[in-house]
Amino acid sequence: MAKIKLAKSKVDTLVEICKSFDNDGAELINVLHKAQETFGYLPAEVQEIIARELNVSVAHVYGVVTFYSFFSMVPKGEFPISICMGTACYVRGAEKVLEEFKRLLDVPVGETTEDGKFSISCLRCVGACGLAPVVTIGERVYGRVAAGDVADIIKEYQS
Amino acid sequence: MRLAFSKEDLKMEKMIKLTIDNKQIEVPQGTTIFEAAKQLGIEIPTLCYMHLGDMGIEHKPGGCRICVVEVEGRRNLAPSCNSKCEEGMVIHTHNMRVLNARKTVMELMLSDHPFDCLVCAKSGNCDLQTMAHQFGVRELHYKGEQSTYKVDYSPSIIRDMDKCIMCRRCETMCNDVQTVGALSAVNRGFESVVAPAFEMDLEKSTCTYCGQCVAVCPTGALTEKDHTNQLIRDLADPKKTVVVQTAPAVRAALGEEFGMEAGTLVTGKMVSALRQLGFDKVFDTDFAADLTIMEEGTELLERLQKHLDGDKDVKLPILTSCCPGWVNFFEHHFPDMKDIPSTARSPQQMFGPIAKNYLAKQMGIKREDMIVVSIMPCLAKKYECQRDEFKVDGDPDVNYSISTRELANLIKQANMDLSIMADEDFDNPLGESTGAGVIFGATGGVIEAAARTAYEVYTGKTLEKVDFEALRGMEGIRSATVDFDGLPINIGIAHGLGNARKLLEDIRDGKSEYHAIEIMACPGGCIGGGGQPLHHGDSSILKKRAAALYREDEGKAIRKSHENPYIIKLYEEFLGKPCSELSHKLLHTHYFDKSNEIEIE
Repeated sequence: MAKIKLAKSKVDTLVEICKSFDNDGAELINVLHKAQETFGYLPAEVQEIIARELNVSVAHVYGVVTFYSFFSMVPKGEFPISICMGTACYVRGAEKVLEEFKRLLDVPVGETTEDGKFSISCLRCVGACGLAPVVTIGERVYGRVAAGDVADIIKEYQS
Repeated sequence: MRLAFSKEDLKMEKMIKLTIDNKQIEVPQGTTIFEAAKQLGIEIPTLCYMHLGDMGIEHKPGGCRICVVEVEGRRNLAPSCNSKCEEGMVIHTHNMRVLNARKTVMELMLSDHPFDCLVCAKSGNCDLQTMAHQFGVRELHYKGEQSTYKVDYSPSIIRDMDKCIMCRRCETMCNDVQTVGALSAVNRGFESVVAPAFEMDLEKSTCTYCGQCVAVCPTGALTEKDHTNQLIRDLADPKKTVVVQTAPAVRAALGEEFGMEAGTLVTGKMVSALRQLGFDKVFDTDFAADLTIMEEGTELLERLQKHLDGDKDVKLPILTSCCPGWVNFFEHHFPDMKDIPSTARSPQQMFGPIAKNYLAKQMGIKREDMIVVSIMPCLAKKYECQRDEFKVDGDPDVNYSISTRELANLIKQANMDLSIMADEDFDNPLGESTGAGVIFGATGGVIEAAARTAYEVYTGKTLEKVDFEALRGMEGIRSATVDFDGLPINIGIAHGLGNARKLLEDIRDGKSEYHAIEIMACPGGCIGGGGQPLHHGDSSILKKRAAALYREDEGKAIRKSHENPYIIKLYEEFLGKPCSELSHKLLHTHYFDKSNEIEIE
């Protein structure tokens, strides 16, 4: 099997995170949340360490990471764009908005632009259905977004 | 996976009355509709449900939706495998609505399934194919996206996930039964698939090649690597001398592929079939099993003697090392304990070097002109014979291994019917074996065989009764104390890697009281191996196969390995004595740390 390279400080941080959840395999999702919060994403190495610390199989950890769209195995961009695909947003045209983001940034869902600036992901309902379709970029929320607005939104971050 | 209720639990439960297909039945509370129907003799079709009786494993994800039934008063059809019976329920298992739904579900499944049935390895033995036929599917009304995955070829197992129907039986075997953790469902929705971590190839994962996933796969998604074409080519090559060895468990199961009752011994018929297929010599792995006992038993007694003499460094318990799935397991999961198992090679890998170094010379042929083939109930054996440490200048001691199922197919291909073949005897010298070698194929058999020889060698006395009944049975973990003339020897036995894990964790924690432990990776031992005819979770079949091996043992004139005259001769003429220098070179091995190395920068 391939050797895994990871800085010692990162390993220590992960070990601490797992310990704070009593190294309990049932806490896997919480551990993954905390790890992603710390590292920004969940590369294979991080999943290997978590599996070892929680005494669960790596295949299981990978299964959970790939099941939940919130978890990501690639680093998010400086400005992470999330398009809500919940029912309300979807019926009000979220898909067209998503297509426009993909077209203008030339990057598929779940990936990051080459300059590391933007990443696109989809999420399910942010609880602001009255503003549908909703797009979030970092902590900022955009409501009633139409495909025609997308270019202007991107411009805000390209200075 | 959930544990099934034991009968005792159910006795305490309230009884429930219901009607299934106009028949009244009373079942204990908690019984599923599927089980209740079964008691009435109604077999509801299913593709994902799996119940391995004695092992207490019930897999009922309710995923395939084939087992739906109508419950009067309910809006939706209910999946019978995970819907519990309720008082007064009226259930229909095959009315119009149910049959239509099943057929639709099947058509949807087939809309994302390749149409290569004619050339699929599972054809004729595929649950999906059988059921599509049973439901009378004659056209597909749905067209949609088709999943396309790269086929994953490992030395033992082939994964073709385009054929996966996500029943997830393999996941239960790999994780809950074997605790190997190589497979998991990954991704979501249409993209979901059962795969190793990071969708890497099986070969790079923690897979042990035990093949229990293959044994339960209802489709052609998981199959064994087939070596029959290679074999046919070698048999046709006049320059090659092709010799075959057959593992003990094969003779107790091969007949099932030809419609014979489970537990029918076909030893003699198998020998004549192999001879008619064109093998130059037909030998018995049981001979090598006797040889294993000589080496492993001697090693056990050496370690035991050192322990009794107060040597604190000696490693006890000694663990058996015949099972390649088990060897892979501890190399991946318990590499810190790789000094504990016996260094004795498995019988397959003892046979190889004896054939190519001793027999080849006797027959006056060159090593490179001899092809050694093994017939095994096992898929891990395919990987084992390819390990680098079992090769001499790139030439494997055992060229390749074919499974019981592959042999059955080959016999059918050659237009032979095993059931009407005459009985023939193995060739000598590597075909003579004792009863001790035969029982290697069942859980508890290796350690019983070792006990027969170790007792006589250690005490210098003759065993009055060679049957150690306390070591037999189907319990996942068993233990017994054998009296070596005043010296109590504690023996542990585990079959199924999940059970093995428990014993290993005890050893790691210093809690183990055993002197010797036998481990077999597959539930039931080799008789339940990943290369055997499919038993579809029916553990009564495993019991019949085990009984057959004990029957063959009982009928043998010699039942102790050290009394095998050809083994005695082999030591006199060639090896010297057990654990001699030559024995160590040819018949022993060493193990590797295959755990994932985490390099910290």
